[in-house]
Amino acid sequence: MAVIVAKELNTALAALREHHDARLIQGGTDLMVEINFNHVKPTTMISLRDVASLRTIRRDQPGTLSIGSGVPYSVIEGEPVLSDIPALAQAARTVGSPQIRAAGSLGGNLGTCSPAGDTLPVMFALDAMIHLNTLDSTRVVSIHDFMTGVKRSVRQHDEIITSIDFPIINGWQGYSKVGVRNAMVISVASACLVADHENASVRLALGSVGPTIIRCREAEAWLKSSQDLSAGQSISLEVANEFGRRAAGESSPIDDHRSTAQYRRHAISVLASRLLRKAYP
Amino acid sequence: MSANEFYSLHVNGEKMSVQDSWVGESLLYVLRERLGLPGTKGACEQGECGSCTVIMNGEAVCACLVMAATAVNSEIVTVEGITSGSELTDVQQSFVEEGAVQCGFCTPGLIVAVHHLLDKNPEPSELEVKEAISGNICRCTGYGRVFAAVEATIRSRNDVK
Repeated sequence: MAVIVAKELNTALAALREHHDARLIQGGTDLMVEINFNHVKPTTMISLRDVASLRTIRRDQPGTLSIGSGVPYSVIEGEPVLSDIPALAQAARTVGSPQIRAAGSLGGNLGTCSPAGDTLPVMFALDAMIHLNTLDSTRVVSIHDFMTGVKRSVRQHDEIITSIDFPIINGWQGYSKVGVRNAMVISVASACLVADHENASVRLALGSVGPTIIRCREAEAWLKSSQDLSAGQSISLEVANEFGRRAAGESSPIDDHRSTAQYRRHAISVLASRLLRKAYP
Repeated sequence: MSANEFYSLHVNGEKMSVQDSWVGESLLYVLRERLGLPGTKGACEQGECGSCTVIMNGEAVCACLVMAATAVNSEIVTVEGITSGSELTDVQQSFVEEGAVQCGFCTPGLIVAVHHLLDKNPEPSELEVKEAISGNICRCTGYGRVFAAVEATIRSRNDVK
């Protein structure tokens, strides 16, 4: 086995093209578990830990925050993300423990692409754009096209996820998850709701209740057609509960070792209703 | 770096060479089995329990989730490195005095996590203490005496001031 510790993105990209067996490692919170338990035995590892260019947060274009794929959750929890993309900072804060948040990153969440990835519902609610580089090309893919199934994405072997663009939106946004305790849980169900005051609309994305993250397009459309969603409005408990029922109807959870499909559907209806009431109290 | 190559890690201020190892080994395994530093404990090997907490480039991390060979450019501090010589640190002394140690297995990880907390935030609130050690699982103490030890450390540091 060989370990390549890259300091520059191009070194990592060149190594990735050269070694068809190579696996990328950033914080290690997913991959090291598989290695420790002998579930995978990689032959070539490319470490991105020391690639500083993947650890930057930039506001190059007005209205967009671009977060490097290697920025750890412990940084995403704070400013400027906390003010610009509060739902993402909240989701980051629910990941694991301080030790895990010092290691884990958005690039890792995307690379693993588990439906329980805590930050993925935020990306789906905000229509985040994923930047992928090879040694000689770049492309930008919508999160909706990026994730194709359970732990499946359109990332090609020779591509590295470099950054994720998030729009800065005027309106309340939040992230909630249900798990067996506060710290160190993989979510049983999660939801991200974003109120967009300028477009008088609401976006809702669900995690852990389907093979990919689910955007509740029908519940969103129903709400927009029946309610005024501009700034300063209030939404009744009845409307919020109906929104929750519709969101649960769009989820497609399964029974597994963490929970049952029935409980997950119930959890989604409660999370969606509560988030909407917080957005329009 | 291939299977038979040596590599060096910076641990507790010293450059230490790792030899005859498989390069996929975790930092936890390398510290304990290759470098003779058994203070860092191994339990879950999946980042759940925090007993392998070490400081890496100023952040508390789980050594079991770090591939040691990727840490060649990092500064690592283990529980052996938080004190010089055989003196206990004030955090360790408070753990002893408050009875925050029962079986002791989680203690080194907790000691490192508490040192890291107080270095970053000398006056943490009760919630901040709880959050800071939320990744360190103790199945004996119920945490009450651990919180008491953290409070005692903060009090004694304030008295010194």
